[in-house]
Amino acid sequence: MISKTINLTLKVWRQNRGEKKGRLETYHAKDISVDMSFLEMIDVVNEDLTKNRKEPIAFDHDCREGICGMCGAVVNGRTHGHEKETTLCQLHMRHFSDGDTIVIEPWRSRAFPLIKDLIVDRSALDKIIQAGGYISVNAGGAPDANALPIAGEVAETAFIAAACIGCGACVAACPNASAMLFVSAKVSHLALLPQGRPEAAKRVQAMVRQMDECGFGNCSNETECEVECPKGISIVEIARLNREFLKAEFS
Amino acid sequence: MKLDAKIPAGPLAEKWDQHRFNLKLVNPANKKKFEIIVVGTGLAGASAAATLAELGYHVKNFCIQDSPRRAHSIAAQGGINAAKNYANDGDSVWRLFYDTVKGGDFRAREANVYRLAQLSCNIIDHCVAQGIPFARDYGGFLDNRSFGGAQVSRTFYAKGQTGQQLLLGAYSALMRQVSIGMVKLFPRREMMDLVLVDGKARGLVVRNLITGEIETYDAHAVVLATGGYGNVFNLSTNAMSSNVTAAFRAYKKGAYFANPCFTQIHPTCIPVHGTFQSKLTLMSESLRNDGRVWVPKKPGDKRLPRDIPESERDYFLENKYPSFGNLVPRDVASRNAKEQCDKGKGVGETGLAVYLDFSDAIKRDGENVIAGKYGNLFEMYEKITGDNPYKNPMMIFPAVHYTMGGLWVDYNLMSTIPGLFVLGEANFSDHGANRLGASALMQGLADGYFVIPYTIGGYLAQTSFSKVNVSDSKEFKQGIDDVQKRINKLLSVNGNRTVSEFHRELGLILWDHCGMSRNEEGLSKALSMIRDLRHEFWENVYVPGTGNDLNQSLENAGRVADFLEFGELMINDALARKESCGGHFNTAFQTEENEAKRDDENFCHVAAWEYTGDDQKPDFHKESLSFENVELTQRSYK
Repeated sequence: MISKTINLTLKVWRQNRGEKKGRLETYHAKDISVDMSFLEMIDVVNEDLTKNRKEPIAFDHDCREGICGMCGAVVNGRTHGHEKETTLCQLHMRHFSDGDTIVIEPWRSRAFPLIKDLIVDRSALDKIIQAGGYISVNAGGAPDANALPIAGEVAETAFIAAACIGCGACVAACPNASAMLFVSAKVSHLALLPQGRPEAAKRVQAMVRQMDECGFGNCSNETECEVECPKGISIVEIARLNREFLKAEFS
Repeated sequence: MKLDAKIPAGPLAEKWDQHRFNLKLVNPANKKKFEIIVVGTGLAGASAAATLAELGYHVKNFCIQDSPRRAHSIAAQGGINAAKNYANDGDSVWRLFYDTVKGGDFRAREANVYRLAQLSCNIIDHCVAQGIPFARDYGGFLDNRSFGGAQVSRTFYAKGQTGQQLLLGAYSALMRQVSIGMVKLFPRREMMDLVLVDGKARGLVVRNLITGEIETYDAHAVVLATGGYGNVFNLSTNAMSSNVTAAFRAYKKGAYFANPCFTQIHPTCIPVHGTFQSKLTLMSESLRNDGRVWVPKKPGDKRLPRDIPESERDYFLENKYPSFGNLVPRDVASRNAKEQCDKGKGVGETGLAVYLDFSDAIKRDGENVIAGKYGNLFEMYEKITGDNPYKNPMMIFPAVHYTMGGLWVDYNLMSTIPGLFVLGEANFSDHGANRLGASALMQGLADGYFVIPYTIGGYLAQTSFSKVNVSDSKEFKQGIDDVQKRINKLLSVNGNRTVSEFHRELGLILWDHCGMSRNEEGLSKALSMIRDLRHEFWENVYVPGTGNDLNQSLENAGRVADFLEFGELMINDALARKESCGGHFNTAFQTEENEAKRDDENFCHVAAWEYTGDDQKPDFHKESLSFENVELTQRSYK
């Protein structure tokens, strides 16, 4: 029978705004209910720090149900922790044992400058979408929704790619800090659908160019991104991006 | 001020067309001379910002998260209604209108709801054109399902992630406008105050959440799309940063707050595990189609569910409502679950849960059939609770999910402050006292894509604007000053209790006394409890860190401070509404079947509250509702 509460040692990355170098600081998380989520465990530590007149650990989070993509940290070397297809907010403490030491660090990538503690600036991902991650349609002019039949399996395949939550774990997991999985998910989603075809060539070129300009690395098929993606996005999407990109370049 | 909803004359079905024709237009060449501020990037905010920019207006768009794509609309699961009648099962604009008015327990405006039903079809067309991967059948046409007890299949969906896909659609349209410079994006900014010049909404004071700097922005009109206030209860299904601050600051500047006591509680959420629970997770109501709700007959029975024999179980919904059983509406199911727990019959460690048992359904249909229907929900439940619902009954408990109340707006979605428009969950307009499933996404997008683009033009074309210079206008300077003072005050209390402690306490007071059932005694008690708590907050809160840095404790403190005032407004509203309707259930007003008993003679109105000063009772204003097209009926589920 597992105990209902556990005690942990945390080593957490602390770095003030504008500070050149951060450091790992040690905290003790006591009487953590195993039913808590990882973020609730940090809440407890923060509450404790506050009571001791110390500044709590800054970390991004919002929906706490695994869909907004706001949270994320590297936990013991794994992005969003070690559970498969799980965001940090959906990682529960029953997957840890009493007495464990947990190292918590921010996403690390040149394209994600650190803001404070575990918070990084992921606006580069928005910039990539701005470069072409849309279908150019204004409100008001659309034909009837059923005017264009799209085979069920095509819609389903597009949906699988569209499930990306933009958390940036793929970048953090990649040894090259490449954003290929993120970019390919959006390219695939839109290229698979007939509505997205007219702009497909322009889109893939613009998005890949923007990815390079933002300082992300190149893809060398390490496949770490696929393993760590909390939404199970597959590198099949990268293959599809490559085909789209080549088609665009040679036409 | 007498409230004028500005409902256009003429037959219901022609009002919106006629109104669009009557609205003054802004000359295309002049649109670029206007600047519009949009606060919020959820379905309503992102769709409004993108569409206004498409028309040629210059838009400044603000959000508190790091990216517009994080807004809480993203978490909506079920789907979006539209009166397309693709299923050929008798749906129509009229039926969607009727269902929504009836579902809202006849406390919404007919004209607004009819327009919503009309626009529902345009939304689906536009979203498909944007590339939203809705579910489709083998022939490639859009699939529909029946949702939330509707008798027709009118709900469009993208697996259990409809909100995410619709939001990403609006976000991509927004990003397109950012890329061509029509929208300027301000992420990680929190609206701290609204600035009025000559009585019109002309700008904002915001806090830069990274640097802590207080910034000001001006425009010709301000659009608030800042969501609901469910987090006043501390625990809700809302995201952590969902708050009332933007709407409440507008209220303090003269925008009336309508029906704040109308809150919706969802019956099938995963129960609380302990004090440090940070939020609640919703599971689809469809679970009640096959699950049986029960508690032990004996209070305090701590045996495992499988050890409790059939004869010692109380299937309280089936017993009390024999014809609807476990499928009674959300509010009835929620109220009864809490009633059982209050009697000490709740289960689980906290005693705040009831069983939702699938063992009979599994025996009848086999595990495969049940897995086919609810597999993803069972997985989600197991992930969060660590318990296998195929083997043991699920535990569920109600949770605050949506707030129907919000800032009062007229038919043009303009508040009582000229130039301040309010969209989506932040306004009060379309859901009455109770929102139907799959209607929130519809309303947010209708407001943003298809209502505000027209109505804001009518305002801009007819209004003369004085020149505003942000850097030396006294109104903006005053705004900065007020905000800075408030921040300094929060940081200087230097007491002994954390912000979260106050938030938890406030949440419990409201949950107990202004939650799914209310009575005068409890509400009055809560009123004084909240006042005491608020006074203690300003004497004993401790907020670490400084104002000129990223400081999440300070952000939270400001929001909780507003909730502490807002909670009182909710209670005043609940006390004043001496009837039961929809989400507002006052135990003194119920039918023999324990149903909400409306008083249409005295309370068929919108209650709009005007701020009169701190610690002062707000002034009450009434917008009478007239129903010319539907007959008011009493629901019954026996």
